[in-house]
Amino acid sequence: MANALLISAADRRLLPEGRMAGPMPWVIAIMMFLTILAAAAAMALAGSAHTLGEDMQARLTVQLPEPNAGLRDAQASQILIGLRRLSVVKSAEAVPQAQLAALLEPWLGREGIDESLPLPALIDVELKRAGDADIAVVSELVAMIAPAARVDQQAQWLQPLANLLKSLIWLAIALVALMTIATSAAVVLAARAALNTHRATIDVLHLLGSSDNQIAGLFQRRIALDALFGGFAGLLIALVVMLLIGDRMRALGSELLGSASLGWGDWLLLFLLPLIGVALSTVSARITVLRALRQIL
Amino acid sequence: MATIVQFENVGLRYGTGAETLSDVSFSLVKGGFYFLTGASGAGKTSLLKLLYLAQRPSRGLIRLFNEDMVTIPREKLPLFRRRIGVVFQDFRLVPHLSAFDNIALPLRVAGGDDCDIEKPVSEMLAWVGLSNRASARPATLSGGEQQRVAIARAVIARPDILVADEPTGNVDPEMAARLLYLFDGLNKLGTTVVVATHDLHLLSRIGNATMMRLDAGRLLDPTGALRHPPQIRERQ
Repeated sequence: MANALLISAADRRLLPEGRMAGPMPWVIAIMMFLTILAAAAAMALAGSAHTLGEDMQARLTVQLPEPNAGLRDAQASQILIGLRRLSVVKSAEAVPQAQLAALLEPWLGREGIDESLPLPALIDVELKRAGDADIAVVSELVAMIAPAARVDQQAQWLQPLANLLKSLIWLAIALVALMTIATSAAVVLAARAALNTHRATIDVLHLLGSSDNQIAGLFQRRIALDALFGGFAGLLIALVVMLLIGDRMRALGSELLGSASLGWGDWLLLFLLPLIGVALSTVSARITVLRALRQIL
Repeated sequence: MATIVQFENVGLRYGTGAETLSDVSFSLVKGGFYFLTGASGAGKTSLLKLLYLAQRPSRGLIRLFNEDMVTIPREKLPLFRRRIGVVFQDFRLVPHLSAFDNIALPLRVAGGDDCDIEKPVSEMLAWVGLSNRASARPATLSGGEQQRVAIARAVIARPDILVADEPTGNVDPEMAARLLYLFDGLNKLGTTVVVATHDLHLLSRIGNATMMRLDAGRLLDPTGALRHPPQIRERQ
């Protein structure tokens, strides 16, 4: 790629320079902007999916559907004490009845929730690690104290959300791939147009003894410069947009959206994308020009 | 003298039309001076195109510098083209380059550095009387000036063969004489010169020149001297 840019000033003059005059740098800027956004979305969603998977797999909810409030509270206390003694449990917390009532209020109304309404007791359990054996230990303890109680894995409720996240990740990856193909196609078209525009100059250079590589070098340098400008312009705009979106997401205060963040590796990849774009454009231009030159003697 | 160019029964046809050149056979010796004449449409430019490797023949054998140019892989052609200087009938100057840069092209194509190029190009500009137009673009040059730039570009790299298609068509008689003098000087240094021209007066200016006459795509060679040059026969 560096070789594509390092040619002498005199050689550079062999093709007329028209920096930023044509649409190519701007087309590449738009493509790179969309590619970076799609790649960032894919990586952020992957982070969310990972967090969701890790957190939810290790979280359980114990539900005690006991209508007798006294017995319910006694069993809940026993289960809570038992759970906290288990080595596989990281933490166990009872969900306050007031919080349960608040959750039901939108459906039943304030008048519908009184002391006569038998609410179940709920206990949030976090395991040290997600595993069927550890879940079985918890289930065994709960069944021993309150046979009617249920132990649910929180992950099973959030499976549709996890599936949606996976679909969105694949969609974002597909968008990156499509954008890459579209950028290559645009470069090929630009290289062909440039070849037609400078056909007379190329013919002269050929007849004076220029090799295909020498001529291709001139074109790939131009395309590489266009891609370099377009790539970093696209990156800059994408960064501004990402910062604005990040700000809005943080303002929502959602745990799930908050987990959609980018790590250092992700940022590095995003910054490398324009350079990958330059390499891709240079190779595409070179192949196109060499193929076209082979058509002439 | 060694044969530098050899054509054997060469035919050239564009597309599916009639042959533009038919059964053309001749040999050019190193250091020879040749005038190629013939009426318009006789095939002079087509013959020159074969000579400066812009075209492959439809049939026959072409040898340049003892290499078969008909079957040679195209990636090897640039090295041979660098040994041939060409003055095109329509000059073919690169429009966005100055006169200096146009003349410097063959040296740059051959990999010359800017510091090695400056002196010979300046000398060549002076020789064709265009020192004061070094930075002028072709569009701002007169027809005669463009022709002189084209000639300077053709000879700057001291080619083994110089091919010129009507090189004096756009210049006054005095400049035509100077250009012929330049060609003659190059020829004396060992360059084989082939000049296609309508101007029969030019023929008398170069004493030892050989005339090649094309008629309707066929080379007239009643004595066989073009096919078997006396210089070669004497050596044989």
